[in-house]
Amino acid sequence: GHLFQVEYAQEAVKKGSTAVGVKGNGVVVLAVEKKSVPKLQEERTVRKICLLDDHVVMAFAGLTADARILVNRARVECQSHKLTVEDPVTLEYITRFIASLKQKYTQSNGRRPFGASCLIAGFDPDSTPHLYVTDPSGTYTEWLANATGRSAKTVREFLEKQYSTDSVATLDLCVKLAVRALLEVVQSGAKNVEVAIMEDKKSMRILDIESLEKIVSEIEKEKEEEAEKKKPKK
Amino acid sequence: GCFKAVLNMVSIDTKFLFQDSCGLEGSIDHELRLDEFTGVIVPIPSSANRQKKTKDLLNQGVSFAPETFQDPREPKIKFAHGTTTLGFTLDKYVVVACDSRASMGSVIASNTVKKIVHINDFIVGTIAGGAADCQYWERVLTTECRLHELRNDEKITVAAASKLLANIMYSYRGYGLSLGVIMAGYDITGPSIFYVDSDGTRLKHHLFSVGSGSPHAYGILDSEYRSDLKEEDAVELARKAIYHATHRDAASGGTIRVVVIDEHGARSVWEGDMNELHEKYQKAKAKYRSDQMST
Repeated sequence: GHLFQVEYAQEAVKKGSTAVGVKGNGVVVLAVEKKSVPKLQEERTVRKICLLDDHVVMAFAGLTADARILVNRARVECQSHKLTVEDPVTLEYITRFIASLKQKYTQSNGRRPFGASCLIAGFDPDSTPHLYVTDPSGTYTEWLANATGRSAKTVREFLEKQYSTDSVATLDLCVKLAVRALLEVVQSGAKNVEVAIMEDKKSMRILDIESLEKIVSEIEKEKEEEAEKKKPKK
Repeated sequence: GCFKAVLNMVSIDTKFLFQDSCGLEGSIDHELRLDEFTGVIVPIPSSANRQKKTKDLLNQGVSFAPETFQDPREPKIKFAHGTTTLGFTLDKYVVVACDSRASMGSVIASNTVKKIVHINDFIVGTIAGGAADCQYWERVLTTECRLHELRNDEKITVAAASKLLANIMYSYRGYGLSLGVIMAGYDITGPSIFYVDSDGTRLKHHLFSVGSGSPHAYGILDSEYRSDLKEEDAVELARKAIYHATHRDAASGGTIRVVVIDEHGARSVWEGDMNELHEKYQKAKAKYRSDQMST
């Protein structure tokens, strides 16, 4: 059988701008496509990477308004959990909460499913890194690396080929892999990408534009070198 | 009772319409409930105003809570309150000890009450105050702790378990519950004890004693407690403290039970009648005195 509302919500996600998550050695990186804003629009009002608590960060693809509701509810739940259990949330717990919320809306009258797919990343209180993906139907899964939104399939295939423990052994390598994966489907340029870095017991860091430009130019160079190698030698 | 059951089944708006039409508007104030869909806090009849409501109803001739239920000086139904319970943490384990007397006024109802409740393999709670309240709510706590384990795939911490109980107690404020619980256990953060009571108080410390015999127990504990005691010395200290409390407090007595909780779980280490201990300590005192005299 088909739950059409859920399928339509998943279609809405497929139309949203791409988001990529990569789990590395002691680091989790989220990279999102920054859609080009009209000249008169204030750029910083469109925030696709949201902090849920000191140790949990979330990016999404799909309807921004729907995701905003989820982010607000998740933020409250993070604090509520701290109050009742005297411990910060584990990634699994908050993902389960968001997924259960999404599921509730697929099974009640007068409501429609959320049109957003979330990438939830961070470190548990016991310092293990995690990356989870939720979907409008309310399912959640854990990944080493994944993408949602427009052309997510292409990005995921790229990651499947390129991801290995070596390719994410350091923070820089992990960031480069995430940006490279995103640039497969996004117009090349540092201004089209936003990167958030989560390290254990450190606050979330959004990569500044200069570092991003450096990484993008390094990626461009590596791509050219690979293209050269592939050219048939006379 | 039936009316309340009907009220619980209808939605919020219908509830208020119902109350309006039945002319109950004035007597019900609002408590807050979190709506699971919208995350919005909605008002429903309040527990904080139960005390006021109780007094109002008392004036009409109806009452429930022990204080308003009967004259405290001439109680028609007496509640079992007297007890001595204690708990303290050492570096790597917790010791909990209780007496086993239930007294109703000047009558000893039972000398063999089990006042240590095993919440799970690693957490215990003690009973002081209203025996029925303690037994029931600690049973509820046991189910909540098990659910936590199943949902989150990890053992609940003593902090979380005591918080669950304290929150429940707070939501029943004004209903006349009587509890003074020491929650003791060993979890991922190590050994810990919490004091939780029916006002909703929740305190963390390394040493607690609760009950009518607690002043006597504190005297012994405060003079001899050290955080680096060996297990046999700690158990002896707990035993001694309960013994002295049962000796001087009429409402404490019976068998003394001592439980130790460490990284391997909770185990009962000693159970004996306080009168046996009495002979032992009297003999030791007599010996001490005779030693003193002869030197």
